[in-house]
Amino acid sequence: MKFLEEFRDPELAKNLLTKIDEACKGSWTLMEVCGGQTHAIVRYGLDQLLPDKITLLHGPGCPVCVTPADAIDAAIDLSQQGIVITSFGDMLRVPGNGGDLLAAKAAGGDVRVVYSPLDAVDMAANEPEKEFVFFAVGFETTAPGNAMAVLEAKRRDLKNFALLVSHVLVPPAMEAILGGENKIDGFLAAGHVCTVMGVQEYDKIAAKFEIPIVVTGFEPVDILRGVLTCVEMLESHQSGCLNAYERAVADDGNPIARSVVDQVFEIGTRTWRGIGDLPMSGLIIREEWKDFDALKRFKIHPKDVQPSRCLAGKVLTGLIRPAECPEFGKGCTPESPMGAPMVSAEGACAAYYRYRGLK
Amino acid sequence: MTLQCPLPIDRYPSIIMAHGGGGRLTQQLVSMFRAAFDDEGLNGNDAAVLGELQGKIAVTTDGFVVTPRFFPGGSIGSLAVYGSVNDLACVGAKARHLTASFILEEGFAIEELWRVVLSMAEAARSAGVSIVAGDTKVVGRGQGDGVYIHTTGIGVVAQDHWEQPSPSDVILVSGDIGRHGIAVMMARGELGLSSDIESDCGSIWPAVHALIEQQIQVRVVRDLTRGGLATILNELGVEHGLGMEIDETRLPVEETVNGACELLGIDPLYVANEGTFVALVAKDHADKALEILRKFRKDSQIIGRTTASAGVVAKNAFGSKRVLDVLSGEQLPRIC
Repeated sequence: MKFLEEFRDPELAKNLLTKIDEACKGSWTLMEVCGGQTHAIVRYGLDQLLPDKITLLHGPGCPVCVTPADAIDAAIDLSQQGIVITSFGDMLRVPGNGGDLLAAKAAGGDVRVVYSPLDAVDMAANEPEKEFVFFAVGFETTAPGNAMAVLEAKRRDLKNFALLVSHVLVPPAMEAILGGENKIDGFLAAGHVCTVMGVQEYDKIAAKFEIPIVVTGFEPVDILRGVLTCVEMLESHQSGCLNAYERAVADDGNPIARSVVDQVFEIGTRTWRGIGDLPMSGLIIREEWKDFDALKRFKIHPKDVQPSRCLAGKVLTGLIRPAECPEFGKGCTPESPMGAPMVSAEGACAAYYRYRGLK
Repeated sequence: MTLQCPLPIDRYPSIIMAHGGGGRLTQQLVSMFRAAFDDEGLNGNDAAVLGELQGKIAVTTDGFVVTPRFFPGGSIGSLAVYGSVNDLACVGAKARHLTASFILEEGFAIEELWRVVLSMAEAARSAGVSIVAGDTKVVGRGQGDGVYIHTTGIGVVAQDHWEQPSPSDVILVSGDIGRHGIAVMMARGELGLSSDIESDCGSIWPAVHALIEQQIQVRVVRDLTRGGLATILNELGVEHGLGMEIDETRLPVEETVNGACELLGIDPLYVANEGTFVALVAKDHADKALEILRKFRKDSQIIGRTTASAGVVAKNAFGSKRVLDVLSGEQLPRIC
């Protein structure tokens, strides 16, 4: 497939690995921010191919993993009140404090998988007798689409559509991780987030913490290029933000998408599952759009409760690897997950379980 | 020949509860199946008396539900025929007769039922099986999804005994994988994507029969239905106490199928097929087996080998490996 196979080319990957090997003198710990990158790394076994001196830690960028359990509980409750819950597919199996949306569907709830929030708007327009809620989760990547859904619902004067928002932002999480007990030498920033946001935010973090941050894509060659750039910066004591995903990320990101987000959302405090409250770490719906805010319309007050034996927070902040959790593959499996990282296609625990087995 | 539906559709364009009541309407409904299936076994009795069958008899039974009922390359009707035909082929048997039972939902359009029945008749003709007995039941509106079909197949075993698989057998697939599942997903119209991907829905018997006839030392044949290749390899591994190692670079996946999978974030290794099988074959017979399979599907491929250690592992182009585990449920499209 064009524009894909090129970035999975074994020869290119081999060249990059040789260059990384030559460049790498010290021992470096890098964190890839995005769960999509984690999956590519584990699926293609890139961590097995990198020199031993490079340790990859898996970051918090898995949207469903950091969505608080109480937001899921709220979606389940709404579905049992006759409200149609529309959601991206991989949210359905994530457990709240009890049960998940698949079970809520089996219990009679109208829970539908959509591929775009605009599909949910269409459904609301076609079935005006029902209330529709779209479960708007994710990082800066999904925010423009979710904001567009609100604008579109307004344009079509829909009174039966709202968002249940659990939107989080990458930079506050990176700052929280860098301010914590973890020793991270450099970041591979999430390329898709940067397609919207550009690179400026990361310049500031890189300057503040004096580390290299490399905007990185998702295919094996992209990731190896990100690693090489990061290692070269570390070896030459360089901090700052470099873009190694130029084919998708412009320095200024996508200003039109950002302006749509700004119209509908403002920055506010968010609870991250397994991590806790982070001030100014997410998006909330602006007051003037409150009619589209499911929290306000249905008077929901989420509060996160994490099952105590789940170490998802430590996994999401790179303090431990999935297999270091005592429950990994024992009390916690994809069939009966204790935490969200064991569920999602982007969750680090699921990636290890699926691609590595129980080794 | 174009068959006309014998039901007076004008009167009742849809199934009503009375079609299941045993009266005239039921008789009319039955006459529809008789007209399409046109088999002398379908006489007035509820049971068919078959002619003598020579050899060991294989039997299988399967239920079919699919949304949408028609998709590029097939329908619930053709699936219901090929599903049972292929299950029989997997034990080395040629399907001879089928029975079919229909659960019909009140309100289901007779015209669509007729098209389903015609597609079954066509599939049965093409697979060389006769539909010899059947049944219909009607459930109330909202208690079914249009039509559910259940078929039971009887076949005659052509290959009586296959040696047990052992480590270092060769794994072959009979064609490209993932087409059925993706064709059905596309046909649901929920993706906002369109393509010319057609289901692989069809009989695997001709290819299996050719392997048997050419005296290939086949150990196992399994059709790659629910859960796709990765799931079936896991099942075979557990069943026979073997591991499997496949080479991802050799997997035949059509480019459009691959593209759809990439867009949706799903893995074609776990997508269902309805006319493609995996065969474990003695090492020395692998090349010959491939040559035979390629006469039926040119993208048949040798994809790996069995191993002594448990688990299914896929090697990739980078030289690293990943475990192909059984998924806990359906693959769900990803957020971003």
